[in-house]
Amino acid sequence: MSDIGYVRAADQGSALALVAEDPDAVFLAGGTTELDLALKDQVVHPSRFVDIGRLPLRGVTRDGDRLRVAALTTMEELAADPTVRDRLPFVREALLLGASTQLRNMATIGGNLLQRTRCRYFRDPEVGACNKREPGSGCAAIKGVARMHAILGAGPTCIALHASDLCVPLVAMDAEVELLDADGTRTVPLTQFYRTPGDRPDVENVLRHGELVTHVQVPLLPAGARSGYLKVRDRTSYEFATTSAGAAITVEDGTITWARLGLGGVGTVPWRAWEAESVLVGAPANERTFRAAAEAAIRDPFTVPGTAFKVELAKRTIVRILRTVTS
Amino acid sequence: MSSATTARSTQVTVELRVNGRTYPVRLDSTTTLLDALRDDLHLTGTKKGCDQGACGACTVLRDGKRIVSCLTLAAQCDGSEITTIEGISEDGHPHPLQEAFVRHDALQCGYCTTGQVMSAVALLREGRAGSDDEIREFMSGNLCRCAAYPNIVAAIREVAES
Ligand SMILES: Cc1cc2nc3c(=O)[nH]c(=O)nc-3n(C[C@H](O)[C@H](O)[C@H](O)COP(=O)(O)OP(=O)(O)OC[C@H]3O[C@@H](n4cnc5c(N)ncnc54)[C@H](O)[C@@H]3O)c2cc1C
Ligand code: SF4
Ligand code: FES
Ligand code: FES
Repeated sequence: MSDIGYVRAADQGSALALVAEDPDAVFLAGGTTELDLALKDQVVHPSRFVDIGRLPLRGVTRDGDRLRVAALTTMEELAADPTVRDRLPFVREALLLGASTQLRNMATIGGNLLQRTRCRYFRDPEVGACNKREPGSGCAAIKGVARMHAILGAGPTCIALHASDLCVPLVAMDAEVELLDADGTRTVPLTQFYRTPGDRPDVENVLRHGELVTHVQVPLLPAGARSGYLKVRDRTSYEFATTSAGAAITVEDGTITWARLGLGGVGTVPWRAWEAESVLVGAPANERTFRAAAEAAIRDPFTVPGTAFKVELAKRTIVRILRTVTS
Repeated sequence: MSSATTARSTQVTVELRVNGRTYPVRLDSTTTLLDALRDDLHLTGTKKGCDQGACGACTVLRDGKRIVSCLTLAAQCDGSEITTIEGISEDGHPHPLQEAFVRHDALQCGYCTTGQVMSAVALLREGRAGSDDEIREFMSGNLCRCAAYPNIVAAIREVAES
């Protein structure tokens, strides 16, 4: 028995009002993160779920060279979209390599962006030291069993990973998030949407309480570009990334003319490898360039014994995806 | 349907449509679809394994698509069409997948089996049983602790090819 309430929002306006009026109310989309944390792990304590699942925020539209994805589109629906298949193949790959078909039928794109970390200490209410749950209480993972944790954007306050696969190609493509609340709409680049833990690991993004993600906009790959998503994991399927990389590249006469690289499994936020892209553009498409890009991408990692292996694994993941998309 | 909750009441009235029948039920607002099916509707064919979305034992179809019922609120399903293992036989005959699971000995303890079969029903509809590799990949949301995997794949392949 739990005392969390439930209300199904009749329309967008009432959804906004129902969450805005109550500091402890939360939106409920697919529920695959929220119900897990609130009902099963019991590490978050909302007053009520405001179910937005039936709001007409579903489907994908194309606007020139951009895709506009409504926030309640499911992962399976986005993966099946013909434009995604043709013009953003690494987005489709990242989607289909995530979770299971059952979960992808439930999980929404907005929810995927806002999924919480899989850090086992965060998800265990018996663990007292977790700065993300209880600011100032410490971090059990740093001295504990860390493996599915971050090495970039991490620090002594928190090493929790942002585990989304989808966000890796999305940050690489400069996707933007459309937000709505009573004050109106704003659009935030996904690369500026998330916050690294710093001194406030409990604040993960710029979303305000009661603000609704309505759409995600994704520019399509330029003509001639090739893309790929490589996910390295502890079992063949249905597992979070240990490391992953999403790359999109254009090569002309052996020289890289355009490059985008996103990384998963390594960052406290979905990671954009800007430094690696600078190394790639203008350089010949060969192993030496790929390795130099990998070195540039994983600079100054923050590791603990359990995550130190990721430094080399992430570099090799980068080299391999670059090789694949340029071959 | 009435799913409004007041500050005091966290009960909801939900109309669950399961296997073609309508069940009006009054539930705690946080009751999962899995618990509602098993405890309130007494449809115990759907199994609870991990209760956290990780094993697939609780797989059912919602509006024709497979989902895990342990991470779904019954209230979220108000007005949806739910199909469970109890609803896939035709005229009293087992579903071809059920027969194939028996023929191929695709189970040991049987605990995961109803979830496997429901997932496979959806897999065939999705057109994702084209090869053994494809079956394995798109059935990976259903774990089997007895590791009957080779026989599960064989059973599904046989029905896919027939
Ligand atoms: C067993 C398991 C395996 C998984 N494996 C993977 C994997 O391999 N790769 C991967 O990328 N993901 C994986 N996931 C995570 C999964 O993709 C996310 O749980 C899912 O995308 C969340 O979407 P949802 O619609 O269910 O969100 P919900 O659980 O409904 O919501 C999540 C959070 O976002 C908020 N929210 C949701 N929608 C909005 C909105 N439109 N506006 C504002 N706030 C909103 C909610 O309030 C909540 O805080 C896995 C999950 C499970 C349970
Ligand atoms: S890594 Fe972050 S989420 Fe995990 S225990 Fe430490 S503070 Fe908490
Ligand atoms: S019981 Fe639902 S997935 Fe395990
Ligand atoms: S038959 Fe025992 S878990 Fe699958």
